[in-house]
Amino acid sequence: MPIADIAQQIIDEFALLPDWMDKYEHLIELGRTLPPFDEKHKTDTHLIEGCQSRVWLSAACHDGIITFTADSDAIITKGIVSLLVRVFSGQPPQAVLDADLDFINQIGLKENLSPTRSNGLLAMVKQMKMYALAFLHKKP
Amino acid sequence: MFILQTIRKDFPALSQQVYGKPLIYFDNAATTHKPAPVIALVNEMNSFINGNIHRAFHCLGTMCTERYEEARETVRAFLHASSVEEIVFTAGTTAAINTVAFSFGERFVHAGDDIVITEAEHHSNIVPWQLLCERKGALLKVLPVNHDGSLPVEQLPRLLSKRTKLLCVTQASNVLGVMNPVKDIVAAAHACGVPVLVDGAQGAVHGGIDVQDAGCDFYVFSGHKLYGPTGTGVLYGRQELLDEMPPWQGGGEMIAAVSFEKTTYAGLPLKFEAGTPNFIGVCGLKKAIDYVQELGWAQVREQEETLVRHATRRLQEIEGLQLYGAAQPKTSLLSFNIAGIHPTDAAQLLDKMGIAARSGHLCADPLMRRFNVQGMLRFSFSFYNTTEEIDTAVDALKKIKQLLSCQ
Repeated sequence: MPIADIAQQIIDEFALLPDWMDKYEHLIELGRTLPPFDEKHKTDTHLIEGCQSRVWLSAACHDGIITFTADSDAIITKGIVSLLVRVFSGQPPQAVLDADLDFINQIGLKENLSPTRSNGLLAMVKQMKMYALAFLHKKP
Repeated sequence: MFILQTIRKDFPALSQQVYGKPLIYFDNAATTHKPAPVIALVNEMNSFINGNIHRAFHCLGTMCTERYEEARETVRAFLHASSVEEIVFTAGTTAAINTVAFSFGERFVHAGDDIVITEAEHHSNIVPWQLLCERKGALLKVLPVNHDGSLPVEQLPRLLSKRTKLLCVTQASNVLGVMNPVKDIVAAAHACGVPVLVDGAQGAVHGGIDVQDAGCDFYVFSGHKLYGPTGTGVLYGRQELLDEMPPWQGGGEMIAAVSFEKTTYAGLPLKFEAGTPNFIGVCGLKKAIDYVQELGWAQVREQEETLVRHATRRLQEIEGLQLYGAAQPKTSLLSFNIAGIHPTDAAQLLDKMGIAARSGHLCADPLMRRFNVQGMLRFSFSFYNTTEEIDTAVDALKKIKQLLSCQ
């Protein structure tokens, strides 16, 4: 499914939850259901340091499709990590590079991707795009 | 008279709502709100009484100079310094520490010397000394902190040597809230011939210090943590030391005469106040000190002690909650963790409930490592907080705990 469609799916999902508490509960739930991140990959290479919480990210590319796996030590951050993985994983590098993240604003979680939050999420998005760029140029 | 409901009305920030909820502000150790008289004064000066100090003959300049120098006298009296020459205005605690690190460092610190700090310091009382040591080829030595947050003062004599040029210690930790026995520490350091800088960022707001009684050589604090404007701070320095120290930054007002061959410097304290200082902010700081003094430091302390006692008792109702820094006496802050809950998650949910708390490493990475945690949650109270606010926050934490731990 194209990135825009997955993003729309997420927007629709969150639209059903007008109360901030329900939104966060959903986010916490999403964080819990994120596929486990291999503990042996929790190294400094994969660590994105934020002042508030930490995020780990790794990526692989097979047949022109990127698979991202990620984790965070904070559950709300992890919920948003799961949204980013859901949107970007399974996409070709060019699509990841071209994608915007406006859906995060649209579901009312904008502050989580603000540079002032220092939770590693903004750096995570940059890192995802860096991976995409690297995979794009590594192609045989 | 200390009537809480009347006092709260003096602070416009306290009556606002965030996310449609009444604001509960528990981040006073980071910055305090300003009472109406401070806001009014700053507003009045920005509107009308604005003239550059120490140079103009005109009415506005003279008025500002007078007020600025009155503020210096207020700060002198607040710290019980022996003269106004010992009171230097800075942009804040960090700027004051950096001034000492550069100027004192330039004059007194050489390769092979050492500077002693403690494990309980804020980054602002660590990094300037690290930079100084790097510049000079000196060594940074660290006094560890005990598990209860107190300092092992008895270890000081062993740590201090003939090569120790300065001991830098916080009056109260911004993480643990433990107030250090400054007088004993100074006595121990002076016995070894070592001068002492006391970081009063967290101490000034709880009554400051009597610098002559404590005997410290430098004392620094920020105005914005003391109900005053941001961008104001104070460096107290013992006159003999300040006299010996070279100017750090050059510019206007710190000079006596300038020629291209040689510049001679102004006396104290202007030698350390290059450029136009934040004179309106400093006048606001004077007003803030006057305001708290009118309330009465004893009443302020009593209310803060009531709050911290109440919060300690109520927080302990939460299963798995661990408080850090049990040593007494404490300022009015509590840092804690709840088992299985990331402090950032809790802070984020508290925020949505209108409660401003602090989470993360609290600008004290070494202390986080000492207690083997990634971060902590911190509630820091001011006299304008209420026990009802604490009850609301504790209920909120219980709800958050339920939300974050249900499977």
